Amino acid sequence: MQQGGNRNTSKLLMERSISTRVGAIVPDSDVPIQPSPKDDLLRTNLELPEVSEPEVVQYFTGLSHKNFSIDTHFYPLGSCTMKYNPKINDEIAFLPGFADIHPLQDETISQGALNLMHELQSYLQEITGMDCVGLSTLAGAHGEFAGMLMIRAFHQNNKDLNRTKVAIPDSAHGTNPASAAMSGFDVISIPSDDEGNIDIDFLKTIAGPDLAGAMITLPSTLGIFDTNIAEVCSIVHEAGGLVYGDGANMNALLGRAKLGHLGFDVIHLNLHKTFSTPHGGGGPGAGPVCAKSILYDFLPAPVVKQVSAGFELITPKSSIGRISGFQGNFAVLVRAYTYIKTLGAAGIKSISGNAVLNANYIMESLKDIYDIPYKRTCMHEVVFSASSKKDQDVNGLAIAKRLLDYGFHAPTMYFPLIVEEALMVEPTESETLETLDAFIDAMKAINEEISKQPELVREAPHTTPVSKLDEAKAAREPQLKWEPSP
Amino acid sequence: MDNAVPFQSHYIPNTLEEQHFMLNKLNAPDIDSLFSDIPEKYRNPSLNLPSPLSEMQIMQELGSLAAQNRTLSSGPSFLGAGSYHHFIPAAIKPLITRGEFLTAYTPYQPEVSQGTLQVIYEFQTLISNLYGMEVANAGMYDGATSLAEGVLMACRVTKRDHASISSTVSPAYIQVIETYCQAQGITISTFNPDNPEISEESACAVVQYPNFYGGIERLQDISDIAHDAGALLVMSADPLALGMFKSPGDYGADIATGEGQPLGIPPSFGGPYLGLFTCKKQYIRQMPSRLVGKTSDKEGKDGYVLTLQTREQHIRRERATSNICTNEALYALASTIYLALLGKTGIQKISNLCYQKAHYAASEIAMLPGFQVQNQNEFFKEFVISCPIKPEAINKKLIAQNILGGLDISHLQQNSMLLCVTEMNTKNDIDALVMALKDL
Amino acid sequence: MNPADRYYTKEHEWIKIEEPGIGIIGITDHAQCELGDVVYVELPDNGTTITSMEKMGEIESVKAVSDLFSPVTAEVLEQNEEILTSPEKVNEDPFGSGWLVKVKLTNESELENLMTSDAYTSLTS
Repeated sequence: MQQGGNRNTSKLLMERSISTRVGAIVPDSDVPIQPSPKDDLLRTNLELPEVSEPEVVQYFTGLSHKNFSIDTHFYPLGSCTMKYNPKINDEIAFLPGFADIHPLQDETISQGALNLMHELQSYLQEITGMDCVGLSTLAGAHGEFAGMLMIRAFHQNNKDLNRTKVAIPDSAHGTNPASAAMSGFDVISIPSDDEGNIDIDFLKTIAGPDLAGAMITLPSTLGIFDTNIAEVCSIVHEAGGLVYGDGANMNALLGRAKLGHLGFDVIHLNLHKTFSTPHGGGGPGAGPVCAKSILYDFLPAPVVKQVSAGFELITPKSSIGRISGFQGNFAVLVRAYTYIKTLGAAGIKSISGNAVLNANYIMESLKDIYDIPYKRTCMHEVVFSASSKKDQDVNGLAIAKRLLDYGFHAPTMYFPLIVEEALMVEPTESETLETLDAFIDAMKAINEEISKQPELVREAPHTTPVSKLDEAKAAREPQLKWEPSP
Repeated sequence: MDNAVPFQSHYIPNTLEEQHFMLNKLNAPDIDSLFSDIPEKYRNPSLNLPSPLSEMQIMQELGSLAAQNRTLSSGPSFLGAGSYHHFIPAAIKPLITRGEFLTAYTPYQPEVSQGTLQVIYEFQTLISNLYGMEVANAGMYDGATSLAEGVLMACRVTKRDHASISSTVSPAYIQVIETYCQAQGITISTFNPDNPEISEESACAVVQYPNFYGGIERLQDISDIAHDAGALLVMSADPLALGMFKSPGDYGADIATGEGQPLGIPPSFGGPYLGLFTCKKQYIRQMPSRLVGKTSDKEGKDGYVLTLQTREQHIRRERATSNICTNEALYALASTIYLALLGKTGIQKISNLCYQKAHYAASEIAMLPGFQVQNQNEFFKEFVISCPIKPEAINKKLIAQNILGGLDISHLQQNSMLLCVTEMNTKNDIDALVMALKDL
Repeated sequence: MNPADRYYTKEHEWIKIEEPGIGIIGITDHAQCELGDVVYVELPDNGTTITSMEKMGEIESVKAVSDLFSPVTAEVLEQNEEILTSPEKVNEDPFGSGWLVKVKLTNESELENLMTSDAYTSLTS
């Protein structure tokens, strides 16, 4: 739908600017005039827009209409766990007693906040089967970085200095190898076997005195629970390494298995996936680190500890150090805490049950028209391959884009890298059967189109605010901000 | 709760009947059977969590937890040191909590994410302009990690592995830089900003503007010395100081970062905040985090996409410029709305108010016996006072009068306190603080 | 389709000898097809030595990065500056104006380790 006049979003803020328009009134100073700083310290050029409050509200509201979101569209985005984000969580996070408190104010006047963090630490410990939790890491990749630094610190503390390699399955998220590299490790890629499990024989060949550890996502990004996982962990342990767990796919395991029991030594959770905190168009997230007691001393600072007088922030003895400005993305932690409290043990377990049921229902409904590379029960997500559609010159990207025309967000595409033309679908537990059926119908309709009108699919999308964008042009001549025309 | 009736969460729509219908289609007897790949001895562990609470109960319970925390607005507050009490226009919250922004994913599908993408493009424009820099990215986690990534980037650009950090940079920021550098073979030393020595092994000179103690250093001298040594100038700057004081670009910064929290983001006990990250255009291929670029669609219509993605972890994996993926997009939106509302004159006025009020407070405190203002150079909204008694004891007395004092930095300077005064502090607030200090 | 007047690597680079001891290096049509729209090329600096079958640079499309391998050991004499500003030349004319670097070979006998156009064609078909 088009908006006319100033509500039309095509003009950018700097183009809308009209001198002397104001969007907020700043009061005059109520203190005696102070001597000015020296001229050579002062700024002479500041280019910011001048627009009124109605224009700002209308412009940003107009922009919001150009987004898909959970509240407006089904988002079957594999590995991203785009579930419903409860509104009460936001309401609680905005309570002045949580939003309007300073991170450095004295602990005696922050006990409510510290108590909440301490309880959240214990809930996450219980859910993961770990012994300790640090909350100061601000996103999943940040948690990975902390966890890998902890593994490095553990080996250094043991004077075990030659452990330079980290084994990572070829199906892993890109953040895993990137985090391992930032933590000073060389990455060895482990292949997957025919069933989608980690290739145990290969792992054995590299499990030696130079192996610092392995980074494993469970269930894997193929949507599969690796049936050999306990053996994988013990091979790494026998070689003297530690096992890192990427908790991106925890939605499948809540209440069904604890990573700590399976042999993982340190993991991160994505509160903005499993624990329903909103994605915000790319953040904020929170990536708490959960670890076994042998790694407690290395946790990033600070962690919350209960003492006789209440709760306090402490730095563990051999901490890898401070990894963020303060004690974590508190407002995200508040939301996750509220979510766990709302669900309790029974609710937590029904998340994984329904998430896995919904994914299997989609797999079963579509397996005859889209290939399934690994034919077994899936977990919370199912990976299809669109490679058989290549005969009609239609690829996975085109199918994903065509789904947008049907009012569904695209699945994750071309990931995991080891599945050709991968389309990874994660419905989550918070979708109705009606929505799942409508999605299945859309996938079937697109399959019909592929054989009858492939160009319709190839050229998709047709109904979105913009059509296919020229990404090559954007990369060849990067235009990264508005500039006045010369 | 009656154990015979399974708990049905209001977040999970499908009824037992619907679940049975789906299970039938799968030929599965029950949900448990879908988890048979989990070895039996690990399956269905006990889960000891509190019983579920209704929304009414949650509101009561969390409301009482929240009430145990002292809010900044409940009385005069003079605490800063990296997190600040600034004005947040009312229009921000309803806009950032619109589901279309709040519950959207990272904009990897540009056709259905033009809202978020155009917002980030606006953010990049306004932050580049505010910092006087050529390019800004879509944001980092927070000010501390943004500066640490700036150091790593300077090392990549110069192919050097040493960072020289001014001794006046926030101690917490220096700790984060140390954490980020510990595994990459990058060594760190500190220099005195009044007499900077930057060696030719250094990748960068790292400064904070204003520094941790509130002061504004001779940045042009540091910039020249760094550049003569072939090092980059890496800066962390308070965005609200830049409404009044010269921009990082004016000083020739190569990489300028900052904490975006002052731009319309609540302090929230430390997060989420927003890392600002800008640099010279020649270095963009070494930049961390997402970038949005303008392009056109098949019909020639303007549109926005994520670009230069080959720098990032999902493509370059272990050779990426950073592992960062999820950042703080929602707060980039908040700060963009903030900058749009305040605009050029509003930002200038806020900067000036902070300056006026901080200087008024400093001049009043300086007249009290036993107190001294330590800052030799110009300062913006923060300054250090030395006190006749331990700051810890002072803060206790202040909070008894519902005044939140400054940060006790006695471990850095004897009997010293770092005070912060912003536009949120009225003259009455400041006078109350001065009176309380006088009456100690 | 793969010109016969040059030598090929299994990593999809070619080298054409222009005059004794001097060659130009590029990537094959097959390689540019696989990559898609080339958006950026990073080349070794003039005067540097590149080593046979070792990484000499990188080539990027919108969503992929590939290493460029040198077919021979050589000294870099000249970069194709046109492709630094117009990387699409690599797509448009990979065997012609989309060449990458001009080099002075250290050891011409290394050419014997490379493939003929026929051998390369059968590798990629």
